Amino acid sequence: MTDDTQHKSFARAISRRDFMSRAAALGVGAVSASALLGEAARAQTPVKGGTLKLGLGGGESTNSLDPAAALSQVPFHTTRAFGEPLLDTNADGSFDWRLAESVESSADATTWAFKIRQGVEFHDGKTLTAEDVLATMQRHSNEESQSGALGVMRGIAEMKADGDMFIVTTATPTADLPYLMSTYQLVIQPNGGLDNPAAGIGTGAYRVVSEEPGVRYVFEKFANYWDASRGHVDQVEMLVINDATARTAALQSGQVHIINKVEPKIAQLLSRAPGVQVKNVAGRGHYVFLMHCDTAPFDNYDLRMALKLAINREEMVEKILLGYGTVGNDIPINAAYPLFDDTIPQRTYDPEKAAEHYKKSGHDGSPIVLQVSDVAFPGALDAAQLYQQSAAAAGIPLEIKREPGDGYWSEVWNKQPFCASYWGGRPVQDQMYSTAYLSSADWNDTRFFNEKFDGLLNQAKGELDQDKRKALYSEMAMILRDEGGLICPMFNDFVEGIRDEVQGWETNNVWEVMNGLAPHKCWLA
Amino acid sequence: MTHPIVRLLTQRIALGLLLLLAASAMIFAGTQILPGDVAQSILGQSATPEALANLRAELGLNEPAIQRYFRWLGAALHGDLGTALTNGQDIATAMGKRLGNTLFLATCAAVIAVPTAILLGLIAVRYEGRWPDKLISGLTLSTVSVPEFLLGYIAMFLLAVKVAAFPSVATIYEGMGFFEKLRVVGLPVLVLVLVVLGHMMRMTRAAILNVMQSAYIETAELKGLRPFQIIARHAFPNAIAPIVNVVMLNLAYLVVGVVVVEVVFIYPGMGQYLVDHVAKRDVPVVQACGLVFATVYIGLNMLADVIAILANPRLRHPK
Repeated sequence: MTDDTQHKSFARAISRRDFMSRAAALGVGAVSASALLGEAARAQTPVKGGTLKLGLGGGESTNSLDPAAALSQVPFHTTRAFGEPLLDTNADGSFDWRLAESVESSADATTWAFKIRQGVEFHDGKTLTAEDVLATMQRHSNEESQSGALGVMRGIAEMKADGDMFIVTTATPTADLPYLMSTYQLVIQPNGGLDNPAAGIGTGAYRVVSEEPGVRYVFEKFANYWDASRGHVDQVEMLVINDATARTAALQSGQVHIINKVEPKIAQLLSRAPGVQVKNVAGRGHYVFLMHCDTAPFDNYDLRMALKLAINREEMVEKILLGYGTVGNDIPINAAYPLFDDTIPQRTYDPEKAAEHYKKSGHDGSPIVLQVSDVAFPGALDAAQLYQQSAAAAGIPLEIKREPGDGYWSEVWNKQPFCASYWGGRPVQDQMYSTAYLSSADWNDTRFFNEKFDGLLNQAKGELDQDKRKALYSEMAMILRDEGGLICPMFNDFVEGIRDEVQGWETNNVWEVMNGLAPHKCWLA
Repeated sequence: MTHPIVRLLTQRIALGLLLLLAASAMIFAGTQILPGDVAQSILGQSATPEALANLRAELGLNEPAIQRYFRWLGAALHGDLGTALTNGQDIATAMGKRLGNTLFLATCAAVIAVPTAILLGLIAVRYEGRWPDKLISGLTLSTVSVPEFLLGYIAMFLLAVKVAAFPSVATIYEGMGFFEKLRVVGLPVLVLVLVVLGHMMRMTRAAILNVMQSAYIETAELKGLRPFQIIARHAFPNAIAPIVNVVMLNLAYLVVGVVVVEVVFIYPGMGQYLVDHVAKRDVPVVQACGLVFATVYIGLNMLADVIAILANPRLRHPK
């Protein structure tokens, strides 16, 4: 029975990209040195007026304004422009209170009471109430809503509105609940958007004026916006530019002020172009090779270890990301996460030790097939070839099998025992591990079944002492790093291009383009 | 007795309509072969059997395919193409905008490309084998040979980034003035003209050269007419049929085959619209796009044949 359910979720027809962007949608970050640069910019007085234009990749004609359906980059940005969640997470991991003013929890972290901000107006003139918040959350937790935020709503047992309070009760202690509420799909809509989910009505600084899916969106400043410190430009225009070269040309020719997804291979060149700056920030997205721990030959610890030691992580960061990234350590967590233990030893390329483990594994010497497609991550084929070379030096024969991009996420990923893939990030470690490394996880794409790991994860969920929690996560990371089927060579940066006239830019690693807040916080000089 | 030309035209148009009907059946059948049904695509893999059954009944999917086909065709004839599964927009409205944009771009390109190609063809014939002929052939052949996206990027680099003559993003939208639209589409029009020019020019040249072997051309020469006059007045009208054919073929290409140029210049046309919906298995939109493309192709080819029939003096003035 369990197997059956699992099979069904593995076969889910959701596209991997949709899923990943959903995955990468939110998070918090550690303070990075460059975040301080944003402070300096903030000290200037914002100039009001003008039209801020963004050229964005990651949009399709099939998009809608329904926040529940927002899964790729452009719907993320449109949602962020017109709507607001209860709270956002700042780059340093602290909370930025938006439609909630504060939260109080019970001592066992199962009941959370959010105080809803008063006097906030929706774009249709209605006033925000706790009932609207409740209706929104109910819509996203309904299985039929197909909401991208459904996963984060699953642990909630009960919700109610009481005056200006919105109260959530969870089935098990959930120390991370406020983080979950900052999921970008959870923007508050009048009556929860039940009347017309795709109306594009929220409480954000910008009101939707024109919507052409896959082409262009126009927003204008909402006159009655509650927060005077945000929303400096009169108009925001988002052009969907999926072609990377066209996006770059639009920035260079001044047709747009900000572009997302700058390819590492042109980032250096672009930064030398006049009037343009390249901004990058280390995120939580990572490029991976996945082995199924329950399928031969990957069910052998020594073979898995041999393959982990046979990859040259530094070379990948240098040649695939051209320096716009950091090395991975075969765990899906990096320093961008709170409670990250930076004392976990870094695994490095060691062909001799790899050869030893390979010999010990008793593998018959037949080539190990690695399935790859360019949709797995940018440069996946090149990365696989580098891997093939470094593994060959350890005497491990890898055979690269190139798969078509169409159908890769439904036919190869999470189906085949050894393939390339990518992951976005999650706001907190718990969610990342629960999504893909818990034995019962829907997307356990390395078929990692480890009772001790599962036990530690459940223990950490209810552990309110941060030091103890950190120790638990550290222990879990060590288990996964050594026993798991994840080969994580690199974490990629968010790389964006902005024109010199854009002021007020801040470094924010939660998600791309200042976590979608550039239209709210930037202005034009 | 009806004029034979009327009979011929009626036959041709009836044939075109029949072809369109066959194409619609093919499109419908093709999308039926795709795995999963519409209800499954709407509800996704996590759908409960009850929800699936309800939706199937609601959409009439339990009826036989033949019945559904005629219902779909009947609705399409009334302009009702249904709603998109992915974002719930009315297909006729959404696609109408995209089709309008595509036709605008195609018209702009055709207005420049067709006369230019024919004129260049005439000049090439006039100076056959000499340097103007070779220059024209060489240039047009080279623009045809370069892939469209590369032509696009080169044009963008030179005319948008280096010299800001045209915008690199050709997105047009409602509320934009007509002349503003013309300026915005400058680069894609340029690229499309370069892409279709060579084919039309060479076919014009070949068709006229063919006629130039005829006895009546020799007569015209002996009468002492100037070479260009012979070509334009005597040779060209008799070469109209093949020229019209190739022109129509290229016009059809401008409507249905420009997805690469659309992507490069971010032009909101039909191509990108179709590709996005195919990727999401949005069957009603794919069917509607297929139907529109088939109509354009068959319609333009029919027009070419009609013009060819009308341009033939032997058919116009039967003995």
